[in-house]
Amino acid sequence: MANILSIMSFTDFASFFVYDFVWYAIVVGVLIALCSSLLGVTLVLKRFSFIGDGLSHVAFGAMAVAAVAGLTNETWIVLPVTVVAAVLLLRTGGRKSKLNGDASLALISVSALALGYLIYYFSGSSNMAGDVCTSLFGTTKILSLTQVDVWLCIALSVLVILLYLIFYNKIFGITFDETFARATGVKTEVYNLIIAVVIALVIVLAMNLVGSLLISALVIFPALCAMRVFKSFKRVVICSAAVSVVCTLAGILLSIWLSTPVGCTVVAIDLLAFIGFYIAGLVLRKGKAKN
Amino acid sequence: MELLKCNDLSLGYEGKSVAEHISFTVSEGDYLCIVGENGSGKSTLVKTLLGLQPPLAGSIEKSETLKKAGGVIGYLPQQTPVQRDFPATVEEIVCSGFLARSGLRPFYTRAEKQLAAEKMERLGITHLKKRCYRELSGGQQQRVLLARALLATGNLLLLDEPVAGLDPKVTSEMYELIRALNREGITIIMVSHDIAAVLAFATHILHVLHGSAWYGTAQAYRESDIGKTFAGGEQWPTSYQL
Repeated sequence: MANILSIMSFTDFASFFVYDFVWYAIVVGVLIALCSSLLGVTLVLKRFSFIGDGLSHVAFGAMAVAAVAGLTNETWIVLPVTVVAAVLLLRTGGRKSKLNGDASLALISVSALALGYLIYYFSGSSNMAGDVCTSLFGTTKILSLTQVDVWLCIALSVLVILLYLIFYNKIFGITFDETFARATGVKTEVYNLIIAVVIALVIVLAMNLVGSLLISALVIFPALCAMRVFKSFKRVVICSAAVSVVCTLAGILLSIWLSTPVGCTVVAIDLLAFIGFYIAGLVLRKGKAKN
Repeated sequence: MELLKCNDLSLGYEGKSVAEHISFTVSEGDYLCIVGENGSGKSTLVKTLLGLQPPLAGSIEKSETLKKAGGVIGYLPQQTPVQRDFPATVEEIVCSGFLARSGLRPFYTRAEKQLAAEKMERLGITHLKKRCYRELSGGQQQRVLLARALLATGNLLLLDEPVAGLDPKVTSEMYELIRALNREGITIIMVSHDIAAVLAFATHILHVLHGSAWYGTAQAYRESDIGKTFAGGEQWPTSYQL
């Protein structure tokens, strides 16, 4: 067992922390976890759990284009494409339109995934399986971040967190009852646009950590965990941020220690946390019923 | 004092008209009930009054008195499925009534919190303040949403089927509460299909029919042909038994 997972001794493990890339991974990981969990609460409650999945596939398609075009930093093409897709998706989902929200989400998601893969295929890349795997699962990407990546990530995260704090009450109002908010004169279109842009930012950020396939987990799990136990919006938001940060940190450290893929390890720990919170929720409710 | 005046409204979606020739006036202290069958255009009228969709023709004039009070109609919507499992405390939901007034300010002021506390006290939900909305009974949930609506408006409430899904006892309590608010000076517009109950409280009736509408005082409605047909002829109750 030990040689399969190649578990290293604690001193070996500790020696990793002299490397910059380990610290980069931890900083970026924690920031992404924080941002995705904040928005996750709103997305889950607004029945948009799958938007993370759909948008990440769009981002995958854009990434394929960037990779084939030979761009060194694909964020500059992935970010705008994802923002546009997010705005379009939230708009079709929110209003009466010819296509249902979930149907158009599935449509865009599948097309982007297929086209992205086709582009990789036709590019004749020598390491196609590796490229696709990295984009989808983010395998080792977070351990090979450059300083520019890290600063970009810090800047975007700070922007996301600031926007969230400033518009916290509005986000609550729109999530709980958009019709009421609009009827009393809140400019819901503007806030929905802000939410869409922020979601796109978070997805593009999160792709670095877990890759496009596992982004949904990062968005959904912390919110679902918190909702099992807490009953106020504020506590759910705070708890889901805490769960997300702790799980991601544990996942990154564990993956370095056990040499497992980062994204999958983080999601596995998220799943464990969810099972824990699910049981805690059941116990709490039973305890209440007895009283 | 007039608050709201609708002139020959035509309602509908994408050019398709649902109801036409709707004219009525809401004055301070009125208790206007909007009745009509399902599909007659009641909910479209609600959306149009709230400014969620433009009328196909005609106009809605808000008076200076209403504009001075913020120009906002406090809205009690029908509940949506999303809200039934939403993790939020009563306090958080009530305070969201202030959103439109707070502009870009990211927090609620002390005065706003004080006002929220007063409204919760008035509606008898202060003891539920920290409770989770989804764990409350139907009647309690309606009171929470009513408190939120009262914070959004100074003087005009629009209630969309406020007793839908409530049991008879809670229904009469809800009607009594709305009547009390009306006596305290809050103007009420209520959408309902319970014509018999509504006739006991309303000062004015707007009956939306396919293609037209009847508007007048509750007294005139009882005597009109349409009122006799829909409220069961002479059997309309003289007072609602509470």
